[in-house]
Formats: sequence, C-alpha cells, structure tokens
Amino acid sequence: MADSKISEMKLADLEVSSGLTGRKHLLSLMVENRPGVLARVALLFSRRGFNIDTLAVGPTDDPDISRITLTVDGAVHPIDQVTKQLHKLINVIKIRDMDPAGTVSREMALFKVNATVESRAEIMEFSEIFRAQIVDVSRRALTIEVTGTADKIDAFESMIRPHGLIEMARTGEVAIARSRPES
Amino acid sequence: MRAADALCEALKAEGVDYVFGIPGGASLPLYDALYDADFEHILARHEQGAGHAAEGYAKASGKVGVAFATSGPGATNLVTAIADAVMDSVPTVFITGQVRSNLIGTDGFQEADVTGITMPIVKHSFLVTEAKQIPDYIHKAFHIASTGRPGPVLVDIPRDLAEVEIDYEPITGKPNLPGYQPTTEGNIKQIRIAAKALANAQRPVIYSGGGVINANASDALRELVRADRFPVTSTLMGLGAYPAPDEQWLGMLGMHGTRSANYAMDEADLIVAIGARFDDRITGKLSEFAPAAKFIHIDVDPAEISKNVPAHIPIVGSAEKVLPKLTGEYRALEADGSRLDEWWSRIEGWREAHPLSYEDSDSEIKPQLLVEELYRATDGDAVITSDVGQHQMWAAQYYHFAKPRRWINSGGLGTMGFGLPAAIGAKAAMPDEQVVCLAGDGSLVMVCQEMATAIAHDLEVKIVLMNNGHFGMVRQWQELFWSERYKAVAMGPSPDWVKLAEAFGWRGAMCDQRDSLAEALRETLDSPGPALLDVRVTQDENCYPMIPAGSAARDMVG
Repeated sequence: MADSKISEMKLADLEVSSGLTGRKHLLSLMVENRPGVLARVALLFSRRGFNIDTLAVGPTDDPDISRITLTVDGAVHPIDQVTKQLHKLINVIKIRDMDPAGTVSREMALFKVNATVESRAEIMEFSEIFRAQIVDVSRRALTIEVTGTADKIDAFESMIRPHGLIEMARTGEVAIARSRPES
Repeated sequence: MRAADALCEALKAEGVDYVFGIPGGASLPLYDALYDADFEHILARHEQGAGHAAEGYAKASGKVGVAFATSGPGATNLVTAIADAVMDSVPTVFITGQVRSNLIGTDGFQEADVTGITMPIVKHSFLVTEAKQIPDYIHKAFHIASTGRPGPVLVDIPRDLAEVEIDYEPITGKPNLPGYQPTTEGNIKQIRIAAKALANAQRPVIYSGGGVINANASDALRELVRADRFPVTSTLMGLGAYPAPDEQWLGMLGMHGTRSANYAMDEADLIVAIGARFDDRITGKLSEFAPAAKFIHIDVDPAEISKNVPAHIPIVGSAEKVLPKLTGEYRALEADGSRLDEWWSRIEGWREAHPLSYEDSDSEIKPQLLVEELYRATDGDAVITSDVGQHQMWAAQYYHFAKPRRWINSGGLGTMGFGLPAAIGAKAAMPDEQVVCLAGDGSLVMVCQEMATAIAHDLEVKIVLMNNGHFGMVRQWQELFWSERYKAVAMGPSPDWVKLAEAFGWRGAMCDQRDSLAEALRETLDSPGPALLDVRVTQDENCYPMIPAGSAARDMVG
C-alpha cells in the first residue's frame, strides 16, 4: 500500500518556472492611508532592484485606505517575488495582480503640441479620432487631453509627435476590476 | 497618566524584564518614566552596544529584546544593530526619542529622520504623531517583532508627546493590523507532496537554518531527521538546532562548512530547506549550486521561497507547525530506509577522507585548538557569542553545539563587535548559564567600552580573546586572493588587554603557552565576576576548508 502511494510521484517530474511572465503587470495595492506608506513602497522597489514603470496614488471610497496602482515589467522582474515583497510591508493591506482581460484601466495624458496654421486641422482631426479634448489654445500651440489605455496614449503620442511635441505629462494607469456578468 | 508612563506599562504588559539603552535630551521623559518602572534598565556605553545587547537577549531567550536611544546620534548609533537584527530575523523593539513634534523637519538640535534612515532595515516602524498612539504602537511593535518571521521594529517618540496625559487601558488580544497576517500552518497538500518526494529521494539532504531556532522547532527537526536516516546539515545561524555531534549530522555547510556537507548538497537529488534562505555564503556560485537537486522550501516568510533558488515544493509556514506534519506524513508512507544505504556510503567516504582538521603545533597555540579547549572547559554547554571573522568560523566548526540558542553570532550582516554586547544581553536573559564571548582582537576593540556595562550591572560574562594581531579573515583573503599584498590587516601595537580589562574592573589574564592553555581557561571561567583571557594564537593561520567566493561547492580548497 505504502509503496504505491510513494510511486505516484517521480522526483524527476517536479518542475519550477522561471517566475518571468514576459508581460506588463498592473498591480493594484490597497494601502493604509498614512504618512510614509508611499516611501516604503518606493524604497522597497529600489532596495530590491525592481523598476516601477508607472505609478499612480489616490484615495478610495474608504478614507482610511489609499490605492497605489503601479505597472511592472514581468519580463524583467519575477512578479511573484515583487508581490511577495510588497506583502511584507505591514501597511499594504491587499494586492491584486490585475488580469488584463478582467480589468478596466485608464491613463490620462496632456500633450502640448506645435500647431501651425498648416498643421492645426490635422492635429484636431487626430484628436477627434482619439476622442481627445483640446484644453488650451495659443497662436502656436495646442494642449490636448487624452484619456484611455496606455496603448491608446502611446498611439496618440506617435501620431502627434511628428508635429513637434513641446511637452507631455502622463498620470500612470489606474485600474479597477470589471464587474462579473450578472448570473 | 503620562504617555511615557503608559509606554512603561505597555512594556511591562509585554513581559519585559530588561531594556538596554542610553538616555539623552529627547528621551528624558521616557527615562523619567523608567525611574518608576518594574523592569531593569541596563546602561550601555554606546547605543550600538545597547542594540546588540538587546539582540543577544532575544537570541538567548527567544523573547523580544528592547533597546532605547535618544534622538539624532543616539538613534543613528542604533542603525548597525537594527540592520543586524533584520538580517538575522531577531525579534527586537527599538525605542528612540525624537525632537519635539514642532521641531521635526527644521533640522533641530539632535534631529535625525531615524524613521526614514531605517526604513529599508526594519520589519516595520512607527513615528508617533499623537500621544495616545504610544502604548498602542508598543503593543503592535511587539506583535510584529515576535510573530511570523521575527525582526526589528522601531518606535520613534517625539519628546513633547511622551509628556502628554493620556488614558491608558492595557491592551489585550491581537492588535488590529489589517495588512499583517503571517501564515504559519503550512498547506497540508503541499506537505503531503513533500513527504512523497522525501520517500522517493535516493540522495536527500536536510538543510536547516536559523528559522528552526527562531520557531523553537529543534525537537521537531530532530524528529524529522530521525524519521529515516536523513543526513542533516545547517547554516551558521542554525547551529544547535540539531544536536552535534551525531551520526546523521554532517556539520555546517557553506563557505567554511565541511566537505561532507557541501559535497552532499552538490550531489543531492532532494534538498529540504527549512528556515534557511540560500544566502551566497551557502550557495557559492548560484548557477552551479546543487545541480542535481529538487528543492522543498519551508519558510514562514513567503518572499524567501524562490528568491534565490526556485523551489519545486514551496511550503509557507513556521518550522514548528510544518515539521511535525511532514514527519507524520512521511512516516505514514513507510518508505524503505535501505534506499539510503548507497547515499550513506558515499557520505561516509567523504567524512573519512575529509574530516575537519588542522596542523597542531608544539610551540604555538593554534586557534582551532583554542576552540577545542574551550569546548572541553565548558563541557560543550556554554552560551557562546562571537564576533565576526576567522574565530567565528572556527567556533562554528569546532564547538559542537548540541542545543539551540547556545550559539549567538552575527551571520547575515557580519557585524564585528557583536560578541561582547550580545554576551551581556544573553547573560541578562540567562543568568544561570555560563556565557562566553569568543572574541576577535579586531572586533573586540570596536566595542571594548561595553566592559564597563558588564561591571556596572554585575553581569558575569567571560571573554576569551582569540588574539592573532590581525583582521584575520581579511588577511587570509589578501593572502589567498590578493597576491599577499597585505594592507591594513595587521593591528600593530595591540592594547595591553590584561591592563585594559583591569582598568574596567575585570579580571584579566594572558596565555601564550600551549601547555598552560587549559588551566588558564579553567581559571578564567571559574573566577567570579567578568573576566577576560587574552590568548595569543598563531597569527597567520587560515580558516579551511573554504569555498572561494563565486566558486562551486565541489571546488572547495584547503
């Protein structure tokens, strides 16, 4: 009896993964809303040699809890190790590694672009296609607000850049899980 | 009551009997409260000493060690001890005075942002912003420091807030920390898989670390090892968890471990890591570490699992909870113990070919002999603290620790000067035990002021000084790896240690004769009160065997 239980397993069949997923991960951290928490998160990343690609911090519906949304490249860093280290921070209450398919994520960006008489119409056309808003106008420049996924903002940037990008500011992504379909 | 008095009440409620510290301006209210406290304050002579004493107390007793310092330089002097405590997972609470809250951020006198400075080296820290938080934070600090993977917690208290009158109710039960829920039990499905893997292993090794001692799981470890003829080795921090010497005990592994332990790791097909973290001093060249092995990794800190070496069977939990279950599941499988015969004959071959050895001398005292004589003179049963360097490695090799919490040293951070203050803390915790600091001469001079602490508080510690006149380990590396270009490793004119000891009110003695060593040790150990024995050992002895940094275990030298 004992022998058959033992033989269910072969050591040679045990495997491990590299821990690298090869994709961007969007981590949503619920943290205690108190001084120093962001510093602890940021220090942990620098201390362990992890890179934060984007970072957004803001309040939640609960005044005692803030949300830190950050993106990390899972091709470079083992995400499992990143989240386990984050979990060790006492002020971090919950971490979600957001599943891309089940997540709504948005980023906002402001672009200040050269807009000459010749190019202005084209820029406004792009803005319309991207459902972007013109939020400031001068004789030589337009400032445009774009909201969407990080990919959409990247795409808008590549369209607008040839016109002469003067300045750009991006917020970093925020995200929330999609509601489950009603059953 | 004043918040400072509530702090003392909270410490008392946490079972504190000793605290170690040095007062200062910003901690005056705390010391005014200590005046009436029911526990003893041991006045160190440098805050680093207070910090290491708190660590020594914690390592010897398993209880939380507490150190006090004032703001600014007092607090920054604690930094080394805090870093040491985080590396070796020592349950400690560091309480620092801070400048008045209205001065914070103004570069006030003796202001340092100690919460910020220590952020990467604490398990957690609290900066008090309201007086009523003080007792609450103390209870939380003790809970965090002592549960899960233990570690240092800092509580920084602005001077003005310590003086505010607050309502204090003793806090009972688990504090409310929504982000802190350590997993201790271990997943039973994973434990069953681990048991089956053990039953299938032809060449298993149990690799035990400091986590076993922290979890008070020595008995549970012994049960597992003896559930079959499993070979067991241990890290520097885990020595004493399994009783040495023993048939199944391979000795310490790693850079200065035994060949049998390192070769067994090199050829193992299954390694069971328990409360150990695959530090570079263990693995050597990571890509060539234990190339044939699958890994079961048991640790209470999930972030240690697969950090350096990917685990095939991860088990998050404390050794105390997991090991009895693993032993039970393994026994139930009734594996055939004879499958290990071949493995043992291989291990026995290494043991016979490569025992720990050194070339003895008629004229000089070899440092290894000193450790052997100390082992004999203390019946192998003293609490030994050490500094960092060659003497530490020789102690680990030649003092065969048979019980946990008898070997108190600085492993992860490798802090020279740890030994004497740690011995003071250990003696406070274990007044009935013989406590001996096996010191290096390079290390002891860094903290020799703490001899005053031992005298002032009547703490009978002994120092056996392994005096080779050098920073011996650095000298060894310069000899072996830097073409004998010796720079800054000879101590030059050494202090007269006997006179220095006597100046502090200690008994001092010197021994440079091999034949009188045993007697000199006996006299020092038997004399009442603190005593130091300065032993002149061979100056250029190297510590072997050795895995050169960045090499594989099979390429050990010496």
